[in-house]
Amino acid sequence: MHFSKEVLESSSRMRQKWEDEVKKVIAKGPDQKPRWSTISDLEIKRLYGPEDIQHMDFEQDIGYPGQFPFIRGNQPTGYRGKYWTFRMFSGMGNAKTTNERWHMLLREGQTGLSTAFDFPTLMGYDTDSPKARGECGKCGVAIDTLEDFMQLVDGIPMDQVTTSMTINPPATVLWAMYCAAAELKGIPLTKIGGTIQNDMLKEFIAQKTLMCPPDPSVKLVSDTVEFGAKHVPRWNTISISGYHIREAGATAVQELAFTLRDGMEYVEDVIRRKGLHVDTFAPRLSFFFNSHSDFFEEIAKLRAARRIWAKAMRDRYKSQDERSWWMRFHTQTAGCSLTAQQPYNNVIRTATQALAAVLGGTQSLHTNSLDEVLCLPSDHAVQIALRTQQIIAEETGVANTIDPLAGSYFVEALTNELEEKAWEYIHKIDEMGGMVAAIEKGYPQLEIADAAYHFQKQIDAGEKIMVGVNKYVSAEPSPIPLVEIDDSVEIEQVKSLQAIRRKRDDKAVKRSLEDIKNACKKGDNVMPHCIEAVKNLVTVQEVCDVYREVYGEYRDPGLY
Amino acid sequence: MSEHIIRVMVAKPGLDGHDRGARVLARCFRDAGFEVIYTGCHQTPEQIAAAAIQEDVDVVGLSCLSGAHRYLFPAVVEQLRQRGADDIDVVGGGIIPDQDFQFLYDAGLKALFTPGEKLDDIVDWFRKNVKKRD
Repeated sequence: MHFSKEVLESSSRMRQKWEDEVKKVIAKGPDQKPRWSTISDLEIKRLYGPEDIQHMDFEQDIGYPGQFPFIRGNQPTGYRGKYWTFRMFSGMGNAKTTNERWHMLLREGQTGLSTAFDFPTLMGYDTDSPKARGECGKCGVAIDTLEDFMQLVDGIPMDQVTTSMTINPPATVLWAMYCAAAELKGIPLTKIGGTIQNDMLKEFIAQKTLMCPPDPSVKLVSDTVEFGAKHVPRWNTISISGYHIREAGATAVQELAFTLRDGMEYVEDVIRRKGLHVDTFAPRLSFFFNSHSDFFEEIAKLRAARRIWAKAMRDRYKSQDERSWWMRFHTQTAGCSLTAQQPYNNVIRTATQALAAVLGGTQSLHTNSLDEVLCLPSDHAVQIALRTQQIIAEETGVANTIDPLAGSYFVEALTNELEEKAWEYIHKIDEMGGMVAAIEKGYPQLEIADAAYHFQKQIDAGEKIMVGVNKYVSAEPSPIPLVEIDDSVEIEQVKSLQAIRRKRDDKAVKRSLEDIKNACKKGDNVMPHCIEAVKNLVTVQEVCDVYREVYGEYRDPGLY
Repeated sequence: MSEHIIRVMVAKPGLDGHDRGARVLARCFRDAGFEVIYTGCHQTPEQIAAAAIQEDVDVVGLSCLSGAHRYLFPAVVEQLRQRGADDIDVVGGGIIPDQDFQFLYDAGLKALFTPGEKLDDIVDWFRKNVKKRD
């Protein structure tokens, strides 16, 4: 910032006086720790002052909300116009129980839906596949055919509520189900809104929900981007996700860098493969970040993310539409920060992480439930988590003014530092030939493995604290009720799937699968064929088996 | 305390992709001087048992956070038994509720490690309890 020479000189004099005082105090007794750092191990100074941000340019680096570089938010009115969307991730057992949870959450004041699918659905297997044994409904809802999906959205006003679906390799199939369900309810595709996660690059880097190799996986993503740009204008066709990258052990800098470089890779792929102009699709790209426990690091990370993206879109991709420069993102509090020990402490962790997400300007938020480290959330736990957001919004006053921490010496300096370090990674990946090339070399995977191991060593050595785990440990167990998904869910789901297979039109199924196969082979967009297929009750796995057959199957190389 | 070099397979059964713990442990075992084979994600119990025998490991460490451990962990023990390799110890880790411990021990798991365990303590357990296969 442009401080006058006089201000900087007087600050420097006062600083010298303060440092002399510090020396005297330390001579009497040292600090509690020799080194202070963020949870990502970024070293933090004792104090920040004007000199730490003296090189910032107000117009280029900060500006106003709704203006480049959007560090202060995309919307000129911030949360005054609208709070962030309260969107609790939910899915359990079968479509019926999940639909009940959705209705309960909407009654309680949730403002958007978010779907957790079980592992077989996430990996593109049907419930009766031998690979799916034991997994049905355990980590989310089991969906095999459009009939399940119709049950899932029963009574949900699809033209009013937006729905986010955490689905990656089979995203084309599940999104096709959403589109088909809307059409069957008489709602045109132009009226539905929501998000599919559909971020395959982070799967190779972190989450490991894998199906086909990187290049054809990205092709399927580009198909959805193209289809959305042409036919489903209110849909976010990718949610470029740092959340899982962070959960896998990345630092805040790695989360920023790998996520945004993934975003750039998708932009480049759609331009190259589909020949679309950047501004026809970039306004519908969205992002997803983690909000971890280090309060200021997270706020700075989210502010930096918006600025990096605005610069990348304007300067790298020559986008002319300001809506393409906006980074719109959802945030989830950090699942990996929760502890099975003293689980009620998780309410406090989640509350402070949610507060950081809000001060960082998130547009949508999921707060974890206190029991999520052990099981799917109970009604009671999910209600406390939702109330956490409502209390932050309605009681604390943090939404009264926009980006209240702007201009803080510390927050601005930390934002700059995170951005600078993220660009270093981004340029390194550019030099490797882009993210697909970097993933094939195992580069981001091994960087994250380093960070995860380093953090665990710090926890073991007591250099980083997890309350209840390596400090303030209590001998008393504090049991909480656990939600269990009964094995009968699997038996019922298999039964109903097999009944659907018997009753459907086999010829139509065969023809649909042939159409998808031909589209894959010719490089055509698979989306229209997927919508047709799911209407014919083709299953998730049947489509995904075509992808596996044409594109090949990717095997996790097990880097560590 | 055994003097031999422990050969350990860290394995991820089922469809679960939460591999942070498995990878951290693989590194930790390597740093402790063990010989480590990591399977990567998405292995079936059959694949894990076959690989463990082929690689001639002393112990298999399974990691699962999806809630499917009650099916998958015993399935690996059973697959090893069917292949005549029940002298390969099987241990497990991940999100495993206390009430499942006895069920898994009864199914043949030798030890279970859950979050909050220190890496050094896990290594110590392996050094004290894992026997070299003949």
